[in-house]
Amino acid sequence: MKRLFNWLLPHPVMTLILAIVWISLQNNLSFGMAVFGLILGVIIPRLTAVWWPDRPKSFKIGKMTAYVVLVLWDIIVANVEVAWIVLTRPNSKLRPAWIIIPLDLCQPEAITVLAGTITLTPGTVSSDVSNTGHYLLIHALDAPDPDAVRDDIKQRYESRLKEIFV
Amino acid sequence: MNWIEIGTYAVGVFLLIGAIFTLVGAIGLLRFNDAMTRLHAPTKVGTMGIGALLLASMTATFVFGEGSFHELLIMAFLFVTAPISANFISKVNIHHKTCMAPPDPPEGERWSTSLKEENDQVTTDM
Repeated sequence: MKRLFNWLLPHPVMTLILAIVWISLQNNLSFGMAVFGLILGVIIPRLTAVWWPDRPKSFKIGKMTAYVVLVLWDIIVANVEVAWIVLTRPNSKLRPAWIIIPLDLCQPEAITVLAGTITLTPGTVSSDVSNTGHYLLIHALDAPDPDAVRDDIKQRYESRLKEIFV
Repeated sequence: MNWIEIGTYAVGVFLLIGAIFTLVGAIGLLRFNDAMTRLHAPTKVGTMGIGALLLASMTATFVFGEGSFHELLIMAFLFVTAPISANFISKVNIHHKTCMAPPDPPEGERWSTSLKEENDQVTTDM
């Protein structure tokens, strides 16, 4: 029974997300649409399961939701900060810097989420990952103290992601 | 004040916020003098600008007609794809050397962008 469940629903979360996306795409919460969304949510992960051989085994949805809320709040704050820098700081006083972040995360999915978060928040863009996946290269728009930015990212985002992707 | 009036004002405020942030993003793109710093203004401020504009659109549909959730989907897809394009642009910048050269990673590793030679292989021990 459990094996059948695993075979039919390789990614239960993805099934749910696909169903929700389908329903909001149709803008119509009727029974038929919900069922069709669920059918798509079963078929698509089943067909694409081959390309996800090493998917994370456990994934904490509750903590991920809290993380998304935190990141959304950070995006709003970061937007105001960057807008302020754009409007008031002359080019000569800008201190852009490359920052190297040593990674404790090892799943590719977790590193991808971390890189995406870094790009979306305070004046930082993730640019590259080292060939073994142990370091992340990011560019900061204005970093008087690159080490502080690195520590901030590590404890604010990476420690949370480590709890989400166990 | 009834709901329609409040809704109208809310839509107006969201439109203003979105427009201001989008304008700031455009100013930043013009104003900075380095390819990498230029990248920051549109990627950061753009998300907020477009987010507020979409919020205005969503509020309008809920106040004046049938509600619509398409805007949430647009926002979700935007947030998922924006980092990818920013990542690609910064990699192009590194290759074209239009910015400061990035420092090498420690312990003899290399950035995966700069793997050129054929015997350099991307090794994964994940």
